[in-house]
Amino acid sequence: MRRAVAILSLIIVAVGISLSLAKIPFGTPKTKVGRHYIDEGIEDTGSANIVTSVVVSYRGFDTLGEVTVLFIASIGLGAVLTTSVKEKTRKTQPASLVLYTGCKLLFPLILVFGSYIFIHGHLTPGGGFQGGAIIASGFLLVYLGCRERRISRVASNLAESLGGLLFVVIGLLGLVFSGFFLLNFLPKGTANTLFSAGIIPIIYIAIGFKVGSELASIIDNLIEES
Amino acid sequence: MMSFLVDYIYYIGAFGLILAGLYIILVKHNLIKVIIGLGILDTGVNLFLISVGYITKGTAPIFSRAGINSEHMVDPVPQALVLTAIVIGVAVLALALSLAIRLYKHYGTLNLRKIREQRW
Repeated sequence: MRRAVAILSLIIVAVGISLSLAKIPFGTPKTKVGRHYIDEGIEDTGSANIVTSVVVSYRGFDTLGEVTVLFIASIGLGAVLTTSVKEKTRKTQPASLVLYTGCKLLFPLILVFGSYIFIHGHLTPGGGFQGGAIIASGFLLVYLGCRERRISRVASNLAESLGGLLFVVIGLLGLVFSGFFLLNFLPKGTANTLFSAGIIPIIYIAIGFKVGSELASIIDNLIEES
Repeated sequence: MMSFLVDYIYYIGAFGLILAGLYIILVKHNLIKVIIGLGILDTGVNLFLISVGYITKGTAPIFSRAGINSEHMVDPVPQALVLTAIVIGVAVLALALSLAIRLYKHYGTLNLRKIREQRW
């Protein structure tokens, strides 16, 4: 019964989707706003990566909302998991020498690579979200390789709070200096150089710290629980 | 038929993933499988958004050199949306898993049929 209802509703959904999508051809330009961003993006924001200029500059307020969603999910996970009674920790076998040495060797390299990704977010593919995810994967490697190591809760909370605070403070500075929240008030410089695009690299560094520490604390909470 | 497949293969793949995820969410009784279905649904939505913004022979919308030809650059707006949606998806998945852990500790089972409040 339940399966039949599910299949019937899926068929209705599929027919509706295919009827509406038949009018939308694949591979043709569809929006004028995307074209506008590509044509005017460099003059408007000074960022060579148009996706970054959309994420941080044109839709910066939206990104602030998304970072807040991530923050709330991370807080919710911590709240759900830490209210439970702590059982005594399971005995874990120590990792092998190869894994231990490999993770000690790779961890700083992964941190440097993640920082490179979010510092160069306005020049190359990448940005704060991707760099943060790479940094969190480095912490996951440490948790798998060196079982006893834990990141300090204080440092992770500090990085998270400072990242979020920096984002909001830069937005408010735009409000103070030029009358609009998150307006690019710094000089834009020449495109394709590291010190260009005004506030975009600073905001992306803040997002990188925030996302990296939040995902690392999610991993930390889930590993503590298992 | 073949040209239809070639033209719409990304839409078909994306909506295949979405429908598969929806089916898993509706039918399966194991909560972990339901969460896996949620992840598949998430991937399908992301793939659909990216394929809407694609332009034939498209390149990434990045001016890695000055004066690069911008005619074939793909739409940057869906890419920017998906960029954040992936990270949000990971966080939501982790939240769902943590709720599943709590549910298991409370009821001792992950079978949604056996959890009385969840039955429909």
